[in-house]
Amino acid sequence: MTSAQSDLELEEKGTRAGTSYLAEGYTLRSWLTTRDHKRIALLYAVSITLFFFLGGIAAALIRLELATPQGDLVSADTYNKLFTAHGVIMVWLFLIPSIPSVLGNFLMPLMIGARDLAFPRLNLASWYLYLAGGAIVLWALLAGGVDTGWTFYTPFSTMFSNSHVVLALTGVLVVGFSSILTGLNFIVTVHTMRAPGMGWFRLPLFVWANYATSLILVLATPVLAMTLVLVAIERMFQVGIFDPALGGDPLLFQHLFWFYSHPAVYIMVLPAMGVASEIIPCFARRPVFGYRFMAYAILAIAVIGFLVWGHHMFVSGQSVYAGMVFSLLSFMVAVPSAIKVFNWTATLYKGRISFGAPMLYALGFVGLFTVGGLTGLFLAALALDVHLSDTYFVVAHFHYIMVGGSVMAYLGGIHFWWPKVTGRMYSEAWGRLAAVVIFAGFNLTFFPQYLLGYAGMPRRYHSYPEEFQLLHVLSSAGAVTLAVGYLLPLGYLAWSLRYGRAAPANPWQATGLEWQTASPPPVHNFAQPPVVARGPYAYHTQ
Amino acid sequence: MSPMNTRIAEQFSSREQQAFAGTFGMWVFIASELLFFAPLLFGYFYLRTHYPAACAVASRHTDFLLGTANTAVLLSSSFLMALAAQAAEARRRSRARWLLVAVAALGVAFLVIKGVEYHAEFQEQLFPGAGFRSQAPPGMELFFLLYFALTGLHALHLTVGILVCLAMAAGLRHPEPQWPSGEAVEFAGLYWHFVDLVWIFLYPLVYLVGRAGG
Repeated sequence: MTSAQSDLELEEKGTRAGTSYLAEGYTLRSWLTTRDHKRIALLYAVSITLFFFLGGIAAALIRLELATPQGDLVSADTYNKLFTAHGVIMVWLFLIPSIPSVLGNFLMPLMIGARDLAFPRLNLASWYLYLAGGAIVLWALLAGGVDTGWTFYTPFSTMFSNSHVVLALTGVLVVGFSSILTGLNFIVTVHTMRAPGMGWFRLPLFVWANYATSLILVLATPVLAMTLVLVAIERMFQVGIFDPALGGDPLLFQHLFWFYSHPAVYIMVLPAMGVASEIIPCFARRPVFGYRFMAYAILAIAVIGFLVWGHHMFVSGQSVYAGMVFSLLSFMVAVPSAIKVFNWTATLYKGRISFGAPMLYALGFVGLFTVGGLTGLFLAALALDVHLSDTYFVVAHFHYIMVGGSVMAYLGGIHFWWPKVTGRMYSEAWGRLAAVVIFAGFNLTFFPQYLLGYAGMPRRYHSYPEEFQLLHVLSSAGAVTLAVGYLLPLGYLAWSLRYGRAAPANPWQATGLEWQTASPPPVHNFAQPPVVARGPYAYHTQ
Repeated sequence: MSPMNTRIAEQFSSREQQAFAGTFGMWVFIASELLFFAPLLFGYFYLRTHYPAACAVASRHTDFLLGTANTAVLLSSSFLMALAAQAAEARRRSRARWLLVAVAALGVAFLVIKGVEYHAEFQEQLFPGAGFRSQAPPGMELFFLLYFALTGLHALHLTVGILVCLAMAAGLRHPEPQWPSGEAVEFAGLYWHFVDLVWIFLYPLVYLVGRAGG
């Protein structure tokens, strides 16, 4: 592969390679039985978007209730069910599959020069499992909802809650199998399907990030699965595992739950880091700074991320020595994260920066991730955590990581690869506008929550003292802005599908392998098997 | 390597790549499977540190003889499985087929013996829940909960293994290049050995640990 190929040549190659994957078949059946990773990615995209807006509706109702200090819109009970629905849907049905299953599915084979993932049928099966799990969760919500919070803490979830806990657990369990199969597929694909010349240190950082994420998916999800089974057993057969009244230990549940759920945070944010690492070099026209360290940092985050779960239990009565070790390890995981932030920033240095819509999202990601990460250090400090535990400070912190980080990066990735995926250009002006609206709306929603938490507002309450109202109203106003920001792309991206200008093979002059084939790519990705002769970020400033 | 043994799926560029992906995928799958047992083993660790005495008492209620017999049954089945994989790789399909049937039969024998044990434990009111014996020391019920969960999860894996063996034995009646290939039998073998290996760890944890010493 040479860097001097023109779009025209590539276009010709694409045509010679056969029809585009979108033209492979137009029937519903051709989509539902497809084994093409690109089509499965689109199936995921449609389904997670549905769940994103469902979870968003729950969030909107929460913010509406909190606009006044009294609990006047919904009852306390309904409020509990709303934040549980919001959490369960957003974590398991949107964030965890978002970047890996949509962008990862579409791009991993293209980026390493493969024809497909190693196990295409397994890939389709994992989408069906995702749908089945999602349907079960929906069933639980429609049947009356769940009020435990997304964390399913015992003994409330096993002994006291009168809601559809077991049904919701089953849904999450099934979605978990879908995650495991996707992770397995990615790991095997990266190990065995790389094109000739594509050594490990020529992999784009997006591939590294999804590889590390897959390791977590494969190794942590089974622990969650069995933990949820134990919760169901205790709930159904009244035997003591986690309930102290029956001789169990609630802390045991928290250890097992967070052994999965803390690494799950990295499942959500590592792929986002991968997306930022593709967009920033391209829009700064600079090779990514410290490529190898970026790759090592990704792996370090994945590994250390397995060892910090205890920082969720500082005030639960676990041993103070355990608390100190977990605190130290939590500070350590910040080191590779900081390396990444420094390197993204250093990549910009002396670059020729242009502020296309994907770049705005990526820069938004870096800023918001930094704020979320730094406030994470507040919470990793033992003494401070006593004050901040279970307050809105925690809520703000993890929303900065998951919404400010992951959702921003997901949207950035959607814009960046939209021309490749659909073969159409979206409206740049609208794209930039939406990015700015989302950034502003996000900060307005969640920054006041840091202040609320610091002032002592606990999470998960539907009414509150009047002195908190100003900050809550600001936050709710931000949520409205954010909602507008999220609806905008739905409009202009859909518009582009029909009226958008046809996209060239490489509209951003990017250097990744995925841009060396037609837009949209042919069924088997490349006209002829690519041979790789250079690293992934061969940008040069003139 | 046995040429012409298998078709190459369209996503692969060579037979070697396909075989590597299959084997590697199986190992990743096994790593993931292992972690399914992790929460239960962590619970066991918790039990042993918090209720050592109850653990020793409870362990004495398990059936040492049947447990040991089952270990022998499972180890023998793994030996036959290794032979079956070898035979399939050498394209001796009928030999591989009968070996797989024998492996499945030993698997069923294991489940039957386990069932006899379970039955006796039900009779002795050792099954956790409302019917659990009333004078048991605290921690004993948790031991039996973990015992049933661990051995039950293991039995579930074994059942899947038995079904895979039988399906492959049925497939081996047909000549090549019909499914299963030598590679496929090898993958089933990896899985079977994994299930066997889990038992190798469960056996001392459940049956032996509490018996030694006072």
